[in-house]
Amino acid sequence: MSLRRTLGPVRSALATRKGALAGLWLALVVVVAVLAPLLTPYAYDIQSLPDAFRPPAATHWLGTDEFGRDLLTRIIYGARTSLSVSVVSIAVSVLAGMILGAAAGYFGGRLDQAVTVVVDLTWSFPEILVALILVAIIGPGVTGTMVAIGVAYLAQFTRLTRAQIMTIRSETYIEAARSLGASDGFILARHLLPNALGPVLIAGMLATGDAIILEATLGFFGLGAQPPLPSWGAMMSSGSGLLFKAPWIILFPGLAVATTVIAINLFGDALIHALDIKTRLREA
Amino acid sequence: MLLSVENLSVAIGPVEPLSGLSLALDRGEILGLVGESGSGKSLTALAVTGLLPLIGGRVSSGSVSFDGVDLCRLPEADLRGYRGRRIAFVTQNPMTALDPIQRIGDQVDVVARLHLGLGKAAARARTVDLLASLRIPEAAAICDAFPHQLSGGMKQRIVIAMALAGDPDLIIADEPTTALDVTVQAQIIHLLGQLARDRGLGLLLITHDMGVVAQVCDKVAVLYAGRLAETREVGQLFAAPAHPYTRALIGCIPREGMAPGSLSGIPGAVPSVATYPGGCRFHPRCPRAAEPCRAAPPPFAARPGGGMLACHFPLEPADA
Amino acid sequence: MPGFLIRRVLLLLPVFLAVSVVIFLILHLIPGDPVDNLVKVGTPAAKRAEITARYGLDRPLVVQYGIWLWAVMHGDLGTSIVTHRPVASLIGQALPHSLALGGAALAFSSALGILLGVVAAAWRDRWPDQIIMGGVLVGSTLPSFWLGLLLILAFAVQLGWFPVSGARGWDSLILPVLTIGLGGTALVARVTRVAMIEAGGRDFVMLLHAKGLPPGRIRLRHVLRHALIPVVTILALRIGWILGGAVTVEYVFARPGLGSTLIKGLNQHDYPVVQACLLMLAVAVMLGTLLGDVVQALMDPRVRGALG
Repeated sequence: MSLRRTLGPVRSALATRKGALAGLWLALVVVVAVLAPLLTPYAYDIQSLPDAFRPPAATHWLGTDEFGRDLLTRIIYGARTSLSVSVVSIAVSVLAGMILGAAAGYFGGRLDQAVTVVVDLTWSFPEILVALILVAIIGPGVTGTMVAIGVAYLAQFTRLTRAQIMTIRSETYIEAARSLGASDGFILARHLLPNALGPVLIAGMLATGDAIILEATLGFFGLGAQPPLPSWGAMMSSGSGLLFKAPWIILFPGLAVATTVIAINLFGDALIHALDIKTRLREA
Repeated sequence: MLLSVENLSVAIGPVEPLSGLSLALDRGEILGLVGESGSGKSLTALAVTGLLPLIGGRVSSGSVSFDGVDLCRLPEADLRGYRGRRIAFVTQNPMTALDPIQRIGDQVDVVARLHLGLGKAAARARTVDLLASLRIPEAAAICDAFPHQLSGGMKQRIVIAMALAGDPDLIIADEPTTALDVTVQAQIIHLLGQLARDRGLGLLLITHDMGVVAQVCDKVAVLYAGRLAETREVGQLFAAPAHPYTRALIGCIPREGMAPGSLSGIPGAVPSVATYPGGCRFHPRCPRAAEPCRAAPPPFAARPGGGMLACHFPLEPADA
Repeated sequence: MPGFLIRRVLLLLPVFLAVSVVIFLILHLIPGDPVDNLVKVGTPAAKRAEITARYGLDRPLVVQYGIWLWAVMHGDLGTSIVTHRPVASLIGQALPHSLALGGAALAFSSALGILLGVVAAAWRDRWPDQIIMGGVLVGSTLPSFWLGLLLILAFAVQLGWFPVSGARGWDSLILPVLTIGLGGTALVARVTRVAMIEAGGRDFVMLLHAKGLPPGRIRLRHVLRHALIPVVTILALRIGWILGGAVTVEYVFARPGLGSTLIKGLNQHDYPVVQACLLMLAVAVMLGTLLGDVVQALMDPRVRGALG
């Protein structure tokens, strides 16, 4: 996909009011996460018990947690964990899903059957269950969470790619390319995958939103990133026991999750509109 | 006059896909409305039945007078009393016209129950009679069937039965045979023609097929790109078409004894609403087009030989 | 219909076997000797040998799987490492709570979701639609555990209307049902809206109008009936999703149930319990899809016809 083909839809998505607002928020979250050390006056991991349980105030905008750590600082660092875990695991999942789906859709036969069976199997199970099984095997932590998220969404991307490939595979121009002696690899890389790319990338983007929730949920169960590394889910996990004493400890990380995920969804919707691929997404 | 459409224009959003349509139809008469796809035929049907809002359209000017009542000024609730009761509708594709998850009998019964106030049993008895009169075998058993169990021709008979169930004065049939097999087409057209004659109904038959018009219609109105080209009595029209478009349409019917290769099409395609040309809308495709045709649309006016015509340079009988 | 049911159940068998293999393998995929994962640290050798013999851990993997599956089929889900109680009885205690929560959440989200979807479709692109779809977006993007905590804070702590946690009375069910139900409602409303709009645009609807039927009747008796077919299918496919929601929500509300048992088992490395919970949830998911197919067949004569 050329740069212009990518930027065009993004620009028209940004031209809508919802898209622009969502894009702005996402850009802000990413920039703040990247520049975290420059922006935060506090350290995310240094405890200061006398400062514990401070409600939101001028010194600590969002208050402090049970160890006296600045909540805003931890949310910003938490964005690093939550975003990188979700984005990386979804990116790997999209890549793997496209390879599996393309191979299954293009070559058909036994390979297709095998892939379809496995994919249908995982697809009918809620992502959280698939993720819990994997975390049970790999053990808690960032690695386990990433593998769990990646595998949990793999079925979706494989299905989508396969469906896209299947619809274009029998088009006349593919036949023509084949009769002119184009190799399978060439046809896949040049004709089929570029066509499947748009819908799969959008699905990947929307899934990143779900992945952030999944990461937070695993973190909440104490199965995600381990202390002292902050993640939005883990922060809420420790906060849940202190719900009555210091509700802000769970309120703000949750708001961070919710606004980011809503922004991702709004931006994804705007992109879907811009690319006009709603029907293709629904087909799969 | 049973149905009299005067100067009717239809708007969908900012565009006007149908302008200045005038039609007249009496009881026992069959009027063919002919045109290529996109010419505004189906919009006419929706306008007469007041169903334009369903596709986001509205009547922008003109009137539809039915038995002396202007349907365009009637509130929706009153209009509903006409639909299915006095004006019935036979749609294009019988494959999709019936509700696939409701039994045939119930779909026909509802018309009599709703409009004639019949009870369940009486409505069913009426349905069975109706189906039998349309030569549908085992009418009682068909009532318990679902649409997917019937053939296309049978489904279209059911749709016609639904149309007749309210004992209407006018039937509008929108391309009733396009979706059917050729052998079944003739049967359905014949059936509709016979019903109009026997029951004294007005039948507005919308079609793109001049052959169908020649078979059953009394009068014909030719529509091109949202405007009427010509309306005439059928015999006259076929004998001496006055509009070049009409002649071209007639030229599209295969006839016995034609020389191979003499079947002519019409060059070009019907323009879409967005690209209607100025002047006479047919001029880009017309062999007789000259400067006046580009400059202004011809008025739709009565012709000495009978009928109405919109053409700057009409064909004389000798030309045809 | 009975033939169809039998065929559908037979189709589920390979799926069940595949899932059971994965769940069985959990014990072997975890780093370390499986027997260590079945006993507490510092268990005497005699006890270890007994466990090894019981599960056939010294025999080939296939045989172990056979032994395990055979036991599972006979209701023997092993013994909890932490509580030393038969897992089957733990599950037996948890299951009714999960069923009550899942069933209530399903009913709540179907009823509210279908209602909202119908309203949104009827006022498509106008303010009721925009408000509902906006709410749907928020409802489907809030992490359910967070929503649960907020609800506890608002309704149990501040207002004191409902108990904070537990499963003692019917009123303890309300907040958990709301928590799961809002996400489910969002899903159902979205699917219903699209299905209503799609079904409302079909040809036969035009003919229903042409027959003079009142629009409200067309919408509720005809269009909705069609729209419900995909809704039921999605709901059935997503029964697992609702159960998945139950996992988190049970944990948040400290309700007994499969979900909280599962999470506790995971945190305590109580693998027989983890395996049993996952197996139960998997079975529930499969039964859900089965139920969806059956209901779909009942609703659609074309599907019924194809089944013979």
